[in-house]
Formats: sequence, C-alpha cells, structure tokens
Amino acid sequence: MDRYSGRRFVIGGICVVVAFVFVAKLFVLQIMNPEYKQYADRNVLRRIVQYPSRGLIYDRNGKLIVYNQAAYDLVVIPREVKSFDTLEICSILEIQKQELVDGLKKAKDFSRYRPSILVSQISSMQYAILQERLFRFPGFFVQLRSLRQYEHKTGAHFLGYIGEVDAELVKKDSYYKPGDYIGKSGIERFYEKELRGRNGVSFYMVDVHNQIKGPYMNGKLDTLAQRGKNLTTSIDVGLQEYGEQLMRNKVGSVVAIEPSTGEILCLVSSPTYDPSLMIGRSLSKNYSKLVTDSLRPLFNRALMSQYPPGSIFKIAQGLIALNNNLVTWDTGFPCNKSLVHCHNHPAPNNMGLAVQYSCNPYFYQVFKRIIETGRYPNKFLDSEYGLDRWRSQMLNFGFGQKLGLDLPGEKKGSLPSSKLYNKLYGEHRWAFTTIYSLGIGQGEVMVVPVQMANLAATIANRGYYITPHVVKKIDNRSDMITQKFKRHDINIQKRYFEYMANAMQAVVADRGGTGGQARVDGITVCGKTGTAQNPHGDDHSVFICFAPKDNPKIAMAVYVENAGQGGEWAAPIAGLMIEKYLKDTIPTYRKAQEKKIMDANLLHRYIMQNFFRKKR
Amino acid sequence: MAKANNIWKNIDWVTVIIYAVLVLLGWMNIYAAVYNEEHRYIFDMSRQYGKQLIWIVAAVLIAVSVMNVDSKFFTSFAYVFYGVTILLLMAVLVLGKKVNGARSWFEIGDFRLQPSEFAKYATVLAVSQYIGSMGFNLKKRSSILKLTMILAIPAILILLQPDAGSALVYGILILVLFREGMSGVILFFGFLIALLFILALVLSKLTLLIVMVLMCFVAYAMLRQRFIEALKGLGMITGLTLLLMGVEAISHIGLEPWLCLLGSSIFFGTLFFLFAYRDKIIHVSLIIWIFFGSILFTSTVDYSFHHFLEAHQQNRINDLLGISSDPLGAGWNVHQSMIAIGSGGFFGKGFLQGTQTKFDFVPEQSTDFIFCTVGEEWGFVGALVIISLFIFLLLRLLRMADRQHSTFSRVYGYGTACILFFHFAVNIAMTIKLAPVIGIPLPFFSYGGSSLWSFTLLLFTFIRLDANRLERF
Ligand SMILES: [Zn+2]
Repeated sequence: MDRYSGRRFVIGGICVVVAFVFVAKLFVLQIMNPEYKQYADRNVLRRIVQYPSRGLIYDRNGKLIVYNQAAYDLVVIPREVKSFDTLEICSILEIQKQELVDGLKKAKDFSRYRPSILVSQISSMQYAILQERLFRFPGFFVQLRSLRQYEHKTGAHFLGYIGEVDAELVKKDSYYKPGDYIGKSGIERFYEKELRGRNGVSFYMVDVHNQIKGPYMNGKLDTLAQRGKNLTTSIDVGLQEYGEQLMRNKVGSVVAIEPSTGEILCLVSSPTYDPSLMIGRSLSKNYSKLVTDSLRPLFNRALMSQYPPGSIFKIAQGLIALNNNLVTWDTGFPCNKSLVHCHNHPAPNNMGLAVQYSCNPYFYQVFKRIIETGRYPNKFLDSEYGLDRWRSQMLNFGFGQKLGLDLPGEKKGSLPSSKLYNKLYGEHRWAFTTIYSLGIGQGEVMVVPVQMANLAATIANRGYYITPHVVKKIDNRSDMITQKFKRHDINIQKRYFEYMANAMQAVVADRGGTGGQARVDGITVCGKTGTAQNPHGDDHSVFICFAPKDNPKIAMAVYVENAGQGGEWAAPIAGLMIEKYLKDTIPTYRKAQEKKIMDANLLHRYIMQNFFRKKR
Repeated sequence: MAKANNIWKNIDWVTVIIYAVLVLLGWMNIYAAVYNEEHRYIFDMSRQYGKQLIWIVAAVLIAVSVMNVDSKFFTSFAYVFYGVTILLLMAVLVLGKKVNGARSWFEIGDFRLQPSEFAKYATVLAVSQYIGSMGFNLKKRSSILKLTMILAIPAILILLQPDAGSALVYGILILVLFREGMSGVILFFGFLIALLFILALVLSKLTLLIVMVLMCFVAYAMLRQRFIEALKGLGMITGLTLLLMGVEAISHIGLEPWLCLLGSSIFFGTLFFLFAYRDKIIHVSLIIWIFFGSILFTSTVDYSFHHFLEAHQQNRINDLLGISSDPLGAGWNVHQSMIAIGSGGFFGKGFLQGTQTKFDFVPEQSTDFIFCTVGEEWGFVGALVIISLFIFLLLRLLRMADRQHSTFSRVYGYGTACILFFHFAVNIAMTIKLAPVIGIPLPFFSYGGSSLWSFTLLLFTFIRLDANRLERF
C-alpha cells in the first residue's frame, strides 16, 4: 500500500458522480418530460416525404420542353395495417385482389416499419374517393408525386427519361428509397442532382384511426422540400423538331453546334420515339417494346454510333500536313487512280482543289508524307513513328476520346495507334501501304457524329473548339456551365484553317463542288461531303458544314446510314437545317426538295443490311 | 510456482461475468437497432448482428489466449506493441480507406480494421511499463516529458486522421498520474480550464469578466477570512469602472463596458499584486496570477474556437451549449437520439418495439448511438441497469488495481478503468446531449470488431495480470 491509495476514492467518486448525472438526466428525459410521454402513448409518428417538383427544362429561346403533372401514390406501412375491407380498396383503385395481396407482401418484405408504395400513380378521381375513406384503412396513406410531361414530341434522346431507382442504388445512396424516381438517361440522368431538388420530410402524429392529429413537435423537425433547379438547354426546339422530321424513316444523326460557345443546337438521332411514352405506369411496357425494336430507337446514335468518317477526314489530314510543313497549299499531286480509286475530275493542282473534288489519290500522297517521316531508314519503324505522331495530333481535334459532353453514354470512337497494328499484323510487319486508307477516313478509324460536328465547329472557329454541351443555364445562371466547358486549341496555324474554309466554301458554291445541295441563298455555306464505304451494305452519306463563313453561327454534321453519296442526302438535309436555323423559313423553291427528303424512306436499306449481316 | 493451476482459480470471475453480460446485451441491442423483418434470423451473417456474433466469438478466443499468455509477456512486449501500433497509425494515414472524411480504417477485402482502437491498448501498456520502470519519477521533468511523448504521439497521429474523439481518450490518462501521486492542483487546473473554455463560449465578455472578478474576491474572502477587505477591493474596481464609463459617456471614444471593467481590474489587479508581493501574501498573488492567466486563456479560446476547429465541430459544440439550436442541422443526431430515449418512458417499449430507431431516425444507431436503442426499448429501467453495470465494473476494476503488487499492474489497471470510463461517460453523455457528438463507441456494446477486440484485449490483459498478482515480476 502506498500513500496515494486513498486517491482511488476520488477517481471512483468521479465515476459515480457522472453516473448520477446520467441517471438524473435520463429521469428528466424519460419520466418527467411530457413531450416525449405524449409520444410514448402508443401514438404513431408518421414520416411523410414531400417530393419537390422536378426542375423544368427549357429550350435556348425559353420555350418550355418538359414540365410536371401531379400524380398520387398509395403508400402503406405494413406494421400499422389492421384488418380491412380488401374489396372496397380494390374497387376504388380498380385493381385485382391478387395485385393488392402481392403488393402488401412485397411491402412487408421490404420493411414492416417503413412506408412502401403499394399502387403508384392513382388518378385524381380515385385519390378524391380514397382520401375520404382513408380512416377505414389504418396504415395506408396517399403521397403526392409528380410525373414528367412533354410540350413537344421531340428530343427524346437528349432529354432522357426518369424511372424507378434500382435496388442496388438504394443500397448505396441513402437519398433514394425504393419507388423513388431517378433520371435514367440523357439530361435527366446527367443533371439528376440539379433537377431533383431535395426531398422534404414532415412528421405527423397519427392516432389509431389513421387520422392525422397534427404536426409532430409543431413541425420543428420538418424539412422543407426544395424544388429542383430549372435547366435552360442550348437546344433550339424548332430546329430539333425539323431535324427529326427530315430524318424521318432514315437511320442516322444530325448534330448542330454554335461554334463560338460549343452549345449544341440540335442532337437528332433517328429513328427516335415520343418521349411521353416513357412516363407513368406504361413506362415498362413501352420500354420493352422500344428496347426490342430492330431499328434500336433508344440508341442515341449522335453520341454512341461509331462510324467511319469518310472524306470529311481529309480536312484534318490536310491541316496536319500543312502545319508540319510536309506540303504547302500549292502542292499538287496527280489523280493517280492506280493508288486508290477515284472519280473523274479536273487535276488537283493544289490542296483547295483536292478538297473541292475530294480526290482520294491526292490525300493518299498527303497521308504518305505524314506517315513516312524519313526519321528511320527502316520503313516499318518509320511508319510506326509517323502513325503515333499523327495520332497525337489527331487527338487534339477530339477524335478517339470522349469529348466530355453533359450527356451520359458518349462513345470514344477510335484512332488506331501503332500498338493496334502491331497486334493485328505483328511488330514491324506493317507500313504505310497497310494503313493508307486512314487518310481518307476509312479502315480502323471510327468517329461519332458529335465529333464530326465538333470538327466543323473547329474549322468554323479557325482552330479551336469549346467542349460541346446541351445545357446553357441552371436556374438562369450560366457561370457553372461556362466554367465547366473549356476552350481547346488545336495548335495548328490559323491561316491554314482560313485556306480550308475557302476550299469548303468552294465545295458548296462552285459548279464542280460535291456539296451544291447545301447552298443557301444569301449565306456563304462552307462544307465537305463524304461517302463512307460500308462493307456491309450501301454506303453512308456524310456532310459537315458551317455557316455563315464569317462569324459562323452554326456548325453541323449530318450522317445518314446507307444513303449513298454524301452530296445526295446529307448535304441537302444540312442546307435545309441552315435555312431553318438562320432564316426560320424554308423558301418556296426548296419545298420540293424538303418534301422529297421528308418522304424518303431508306429504312429498307438498313433492314436489308442487318438481315444480311445476321445471315453471314 | 504452479501457476498453470492457479490462473483459472484466481481469475476475477465477477469481472468476466459483467463483461459477458455487457457483450450479450450489446449484441441483443444491435439486433434490435438494425432489425429488419426480411432478415429476422439473428445469425444472419449478412447483417450487423450476424457479423457481431463472429466478432464476439473471436473476442472470446482473444480472451482465452490472453489468459494463457505468461504475464511477463506483457511487460516485455509493451514497447514492441506500442511501436507496432505507432507504425500502423502512420500507415493508415497513407494506406487507409477514407470513410466520412477520415482515414482511420484499413480495408482488406470485406474486412476492416481500425488501428486507433488498438492504439489505446498499446499506449496503456507502454505507459504502465514506463511508470513501472526504475528510472521513473513524477518529480523529474524528463520523466514527465517522456510520459507526455508516449501519450502525445498516438494522439497526434489520430488527430491527423482526423478523429478528434479517439484522440481525446489519451487525455483521461491524467487520472492515472493523479493516482500515482501527481499534484491534485494540476487536476484542478484542468477542470478550471475546461470550465473557462465553456464559459468563454457561452457568456458575453462583460458577464464573463464580472463572474471572474467576483470569483476572485469570493476566493480571497474565503481564504483570508476578511470580508470587509474583499468588499473594499470590489468597491474600488467598481468605482474605477464606473468612472471609465462616465468618461466614455462624455467623450465617445469607444470604451465598451467590458473594456472599462477590464482596464480597471487590470489596474487594481497589478496594484494588489504589488502589495501582496511586498507583504508576502501567497494567496493573493496566486489568485491574481490565476485571474490574469484566465483572462489570457479565455481571450484565446474565442480565437482558437473559430480558427482551429472545423465548422462541424464548432456546430456540435454550439449546439450542445445551446448557443445556436438547429435540430435539423448539427443537432439532428442528438435530437433524434433524445426523442428515441425520451419516448422510452419508464419501462421502455419492449424488445424490437422501438419505432424511432427502426424508422432510421437515428444515424449510426448500432455503433455510436447504440444507447438510444437501450433507452427506447428498455426505458429508464434498462438504462439504469446498463449504467449500474458499467459503474460496478469500473469500481471493481479500481479495487482490483489497488490490490496489485507491481506498479506496472496497478497503473495498467487504472489505465484500463480510465479508458473504459472515458468511453462510457462520453458516449452516453453525447446521446443524451450532455457532451458534443464525439464519435466513440460504448465499450463492449457498440457494433464493430475492432473496438470489441481492443476492449477485450484491454480488459482481459488486466484480468490476466490480476490472476497472478501474487507472483513477482
Ligand atoms: Zn481524284
């Protein structure tokens, strides 16, 4: 024993004092406090989630595209359910008894204590009747929800849809409860956090008769629902609708961008579907119909379809060759059809003419100079080096990578590297002659339509692009958006872009140009046609353009699958779209062309192609 | 000595039984807290209660193995354990998994380990080993310095995670030093600092100053038994304060009342101090020293509160002190916890009948807020039983500690009791709004393998030491 052993009692005393304080506090809390006592009188506290209205979606001119409509869900807390007249409830809701029994079982399986949705989206009529009789059904109550409504039957792909949240997400994110809605695709998904707002929670005291006796603790614990933020998209709804009409019964995509801002003006993917099919109770039925459709209407081709770019790619090759001083603008090459096929046209005595006539042998030579650098005497090694140098410069254009749009599901396309060819042919077993078709946009290179539109925007800007995006403002504020979508410079001299714009002007304006059908009265349109060879069926028709030449307001890519020559289908569609966007009306002399395009049905070509592909 | 036979006979079975009861009650309450109709089976391994059972079985194995270890092992490996845990604490800062903003867990597959839990055990061992060593002397500055280092290193590493709650635990070991002969004055100052800290945050500057001045004179009057003198002094300070306020009323130079009081008390404080120094009146000098120290301390509190604490910590303390009541924000957990406990009433709602906890109102209901479930389902009676069990265990541990023959065992016993006391006190205090929300578990009760194992190790090591207390080592 030492002389401090008495201090044990001081320490023990502290423990006992603390315990006494606890007991006293618990006594006050659990026994003296009437507020909690009242609660303990077997009254039930009901937690009702207030779903805020989801943010509205507008077009660039302030036209409403998506809004909400009220709907009611019947909710049940299994623990509080007493025996009740099942027949009565079934007759009010017009459902089968089995449906009700199954629903109750499902709710019980989820939780006996927490509310589950029993019947979703009951009509306001049913709601009115039910509300009056609810006192006979303890454990049941009605919760207000909102459904999406669409002002225009357009833009299904970029708008996306909302649906019930997956069970897995409920486990991961405590914000969502089973039966909650969440954006599943498009803007609805990408901007879910902005659009959804914040759920509010109210607590009510409910007596055994299922009557609300008042807010719990005078609503002190309630949280107000915060409405979702409204989004102003950069889409021009008129242009979008018009684009969808032009693309009717065709497979492909039209993407238009405002070059100076990167704002996407329209994002047409065809075939499309009516967005209002994807709401409410009919969603799952319509969804399974759409998802099994062989034309794949749910597939957003503008972002997800990877195509060979065809001749539009020549522009980028030309720019790279110029910037690396491999050719000058005045360099001419003969149209030597033994190198690669071509059509008959005047001699391409400079690059401008080569672009205008879309001469394949010319760009064969240009690409040869890009790939065969002369750095290594070994031609295999040399091609390997040249290809990777080319690839790194092509990446600057945004090819071979996701551009980073504010939409989910974007595809990268592909820009082959030496690694890929080493895998395909073996190391040092391939050279320029193996890969020459890349230069004319064929072979292993793949591009998605939005990347093509971005190429058009880059030339329109004479050397840079701003990451394309579909949302302009969140709750009328644009600072977040402008911060997020940045300028990317291509690092190629501006004057080469100026030359290229001149050549593209000639493609549309000159007699021999391939893009004559894109001509618009009074506006200088610059464009480039492409005909992407398709080993599986008819060639794809491609056109990129921007207008006006100076101070461009719109840059566009049109891709029509299996439609043949670029000048034949894609160019007139682009012309009409420019007409619509810059002039707002289609002149009468063009009405015949417009009708011909709208009425054209090219679907059989697509179906045939797929038919044969499957057979093979 | 035939110790193999003696060990099991000498075990303090009462402690073991309390431990077992607490662990089993904890398991039952975890089951109730995360109860779900879908997984009714208490052995369901996908649920927390199923997992807790695995932790419990492992804890029993740990306890049995500890009992089979030679007691010398603990003294010889105390520093090794300590070193290893320090390394683990460093490693977790780099390799740890970030959960809720803190890097305190190692994650290997599905398995998670929290080294800060084991650091308590290792630190108590190291402290005991050091205090028990020959060279240790509480009066020597170097001894105190080394001891502070032993405590500060793990505390700082844990603060870096950051996990302020688990770092604070090391502070309670000051009680062990008190038991070993540290001056009670230090304990008193610790208490004074804590009190001033709270007062500085709650009271306005003027009120705080008035309270402090009054306290000084009351202390003076009590110590010297001269009430008239105290009143005279108080009168002088009041007079000067009023004079200064009068000056302010005429000149408007911005002398706020608290500044007037501060000026006058510093003036007279210095004056009284000089008199006391001349006449060698120790009490007065001391009071004035403390007074000046307190003024300095409280003025830094406000500053450090706003500059060194993070927003959520500020909010929790503010909420606790009633400075800003926000039941939806910082106070949410605590408020929900209070409702759960309060609605329990005298006898509680009965096993599995709690509605508050089942509604998911109380977050972390199976870990830090497990006491809610007790309060809600078992009521005042249940809470009383749990508190009594803990107090009984603590008092028993203190008694056992005092019957040890070696300093190492005694210090270790006190360390164990203090660590358990701190967790018990802070955990329950935060659920009933007597302390800010500091995320530390209730020993033996809260869900979690790491904490259960570390508390088991801590307790059973002491039981093992106690079992052969007669042996010399
Ligand atoms: Zn040619």
